[in-house]
Amino acid sequence: MFGAILWFAFPINKPGDTLLQNALFFVLGGVVVISALCVIYFRNPIYSALALVTALFAVAGLFIILEAYFVAAVQVIVYAGAIMVLFLFVIMLLNLGDEESLEDRLSWAKRVAVVIASLFFAEVFYITIKLVGSVNAPKVTSGQPVGDPKTIGELLFTKFLLPFEVASLILLAALIGVITLVHRRSDERSHTSSDT
Amino acid sequence: MHPSLTHYIGLSVILFCIGIVGVLVRRNAIVIFMSIELMLNAANLAFVAFSTHLGDTSGQIFVFFVMAVAAAEVAIGLAILVNVFNIRRSIHVDEIDSMKG
Repeated sequence: MFGAILWFAFPINKPGDTLLQNALFFVLGGVVVISALCVIYFRNPIYSALALVTALFAVAGLFIILEAYFVAAVQVIVYAGAIMVLFLFVIMLLNLGDEESLEDRLSWAKRVAVVIASLFFAEVFYITIKLVGSVNAPKVTSGQPVGDPKTIGELLFTKFLLPFEVASLILLAALIGVITLVHRRSDERSHTSSDT
Repeated sequence: MHPSLTHYIGLSVILFCIGIVGVLVRRNAIVIFMSIELMLNAANLAFVAFSTHLGDTSGQIFVFFVMAVAAAEVAIGLAILVNVFNIRRSIHVDEIDSMKG
């Protein structure tokens, strides 16, 4: 996270900075992988949520290295700001206990399954790396900037206007759906109030 | 050595696989939702990496759509979870089996 702040303070585009860029990539990548593992390892959901916040911040830092500054800002505001507050709110509302530990549930067959699954994931990783590496085209550098708010805004309201409107419809549908789901009907409420 | 496209895609694949493992092994529905967020973030990382590498902003636009869908999905999912918890007093996915799935 400190590295990401450092990155904001001293922008790149100088050839001598590739070493710093490389170091930042590996530090932030390590933080992402470790905190993502923590998300699925911790038994208490609150710890998982905090590890997820760390992972999201580190991904935002990677976006900054990729020169996608606006996406990084939106990532922090929407994910770490809005979605994680929703998660923490529900966790505290439900007041859940700890899950039983992973080791207690692992039987012999499941241990074999873990080995086979790791082989499968290693295979997926290898094939993807091979595929991307074999088509590794040289980096395209067109004159105009890629990730600045002006370019993104122009594209969003011209070429991607229809998907943009559909996204607003999705959010509206989600809003109405949530209200319908958690809304207590008026007859139900009068029933409970007459009980008390 | 500059971090190349392969580095970012590799990191994205690792993150996605961790998300899949989370969905498969955890039994707490909220943590399953968090693992889905991890997978969506892996997709976002791949989008932005390709966008920067190819000099095309479209990939970054798609990140916004992914975020909008993620926000809608989390809101609906957590509302359903709160309802399920009110009825069954548990969000352990092995106990939510009244649909015989």
